Amino acid sequence: MTAGRQSKALRIVAFTLLIIFGIAFLAPFAWMVSTSLKPLNETMSLPPRWIPSVVQWHNYRDAINAMGYFWRYTANTFFICVMSVIGTVLSSALAAYGFSRIEWKGRDRLFLVLLATMMIPFPVVMVPIYSLFKNLGWIGTFRPLWVPAFFASAFNVFLLRQFFLSLPKDISESARMDGCSELQIFLRIILPLSKPALLVVALFQFMFSWNDFLGPLIFLTEQKDFTLALGLQSFQSQNGGTAWHHLMAASTLVVLPVLVLFFFAQRTFIEGIATTGGKN
Amino acid sequence: MTRRERQNLGTGLLFISPWLIGFLALCVYPALSSLYYSLCDYSVLAPAVFTGAQNYRDLMNDALFWKALYNTLYFAFFSIPLGLLVSLSLAVLLNFDVPGRGFFRVVFFLPSLVPMVCLAVIWQWMLNGDLGLINNALKPVLHALNSIVGTHFSPPNWLLEARYAKWGIIFTGLWSVGNAVVIYLAGLQEVPRHLYESAEIDGANFWSKTRHITLPILSPVIYFNTIMGLIGSLQVFAVPYIMTNGNDGPGRSLLFLATYLYQNAFDYWNMGYACTLGVILFFVILVLTYLARKLSEKHVYYAAK
Repeated sequence: MTAGRQSKALRIVAFTLLIIFGIAFLAPFAWMVSTSLKPLNETMSLPPRWIPSVVQWHNYRDAINAMGYFWRYTANTFFICVMSVIGTVLSSALAAYGFSRIEWKGRDRLFLVLLATMMIPFPVVMVPIYSLFKNLGWIGTFRPLWVPAFFASAFNVFLLRQFFLSLPKDISESARMDGCSELQIFLRIILPLSKPALLVVALFQFMFSWNDFLGPLIFLTEQKDFTLALGLQSFQSQNGGTAWHHLMAASTLVVLPVLVLFFFAQRTFIEGIATTGGKN
Repeated sequence: MTRRERQNLGTGLLFISPWLIGFLALCVYPALSSLYYSLCDYSVLAPAVFTGAQNYRDLMNDALFWKALYNTLYFAFFSIPLGLLVSLSLAVLLNFDVPGRGFFRVVFFLPSLVPMVCLAVIWQWMLNGDLGLINNALKPVLHALNSIVGTHFSPPNWLLEARYAKWGIIFTGLWSVGNAVVIYLAGLQEVPRHLYESAEIDGANFWSKTRHITLPILSPVIYFNTIMGLIGSLQVFAVPYIMTNGNDGPGRSLLFLATYLYQNAFDYWNMGYACTLGVILFFVILVLTYLARKLSEKHVYYAAK
């Protein structure tokens, strides 16, 4: 629905502005891809040229080789992403069920505590968490990056609880009459009905793990264990200010999977994000 | 408590136990130890030594801390309102009945998916003083301005000049407002149509409809996004860290609270001092969120449900 009746002149102005902003928002992507395909000397031509005189696809191969462990980084990142997604979907769904479909004393007060924890920024608790993992001997392993996902994230519990609350109470009641345990209701009735919400949580967690920079920066020590994000940063700090064509090729390769994921799951993304802000 | 209630309590706690364990081990315990370490001389390699308020006294006399606090507040002060302005304007534009709305929505949303590291790398290149796209677009504009008005403006070398470096980070952030755009657009589409229709009968134009209907109804969403933006921008770290190749910018103009915390913890292994900074960062967030809440009580409109 749009904002009531709109005069034709106003709509033309709006459309023009959308085109201008649209170009401005697309320009960095276009610039990245254009640079990634240029010969090195053309990245320095003034005024800048959009279309390279020769399209150098081998920049991508060269960038992958120059990064050293590119495929390792990719495998590491996928491992961490997949483990985190499994962990957070399972644990957050369990917790959200406990916070929504069972009545118990103190439940809603504890839920407020959960919401309050979202206010605590990671840098504030980063040092004790680091020393905790250090004592466990986990520094330099992937564990600090995925094990915490098995202990539910407040944000994901919040999202799933909203969804579980929207399912009618009767379905649980009649299942209880039939002698189902809570675990059976959770697994056989609630989870299958909640696929769209679980998908949103999985997607958000995947994105979070894929994008995470600070976690890998402090917990990973060996170059070959880096994630793509950290690997790209280390590549950039070695090459910063020189091989822009390789840097842009590498950066395109790290962005691309996320964009592909978006085009497959566009609705899930947009609706998921719209609900995070709307229901407050 | 009846038997049934006790049973429910048990089952409920069992279901939330993954969160409860994580909450105790990865939130309560670290928060309390952060508070304790902030009163200690602690380097992870050796056991912590209690030194009372020494770290806090040092902090008060630490010019770098004040610089980091100033930089962080400066960044938040400009990036939050600008982000609000841009995202709200884009959402209002997308809410017009024009061709290609779905396409434009995707265009504005896409940059918010870009991983922080790529964001920093792309914008380091965009903001490059000689070769960057931004300055090459600015040059003709400033040139025209100079020849008309007789001034001598030239585009700055964004990330290499202390005066402009923070603005480089602010612009980078404006590119990724897509999340907020989607949230505002969803809010706009829930505004009941009859409100606009009755306002139109009274002769209201676009601006007065926006001012008296759209903004009040959207205000809870604006409030929510502002709080989220506040919490996020006060912990700004990755983008400036990466853009400066792991440093803190010209004249430390990109030294933010989280940057300084990271440096103390992992460059100098000064963990106690880092925790002190963490405690201060938490209080800055708490105080500003509280102020935002106070401010919102006057201006946020909640429809009776």
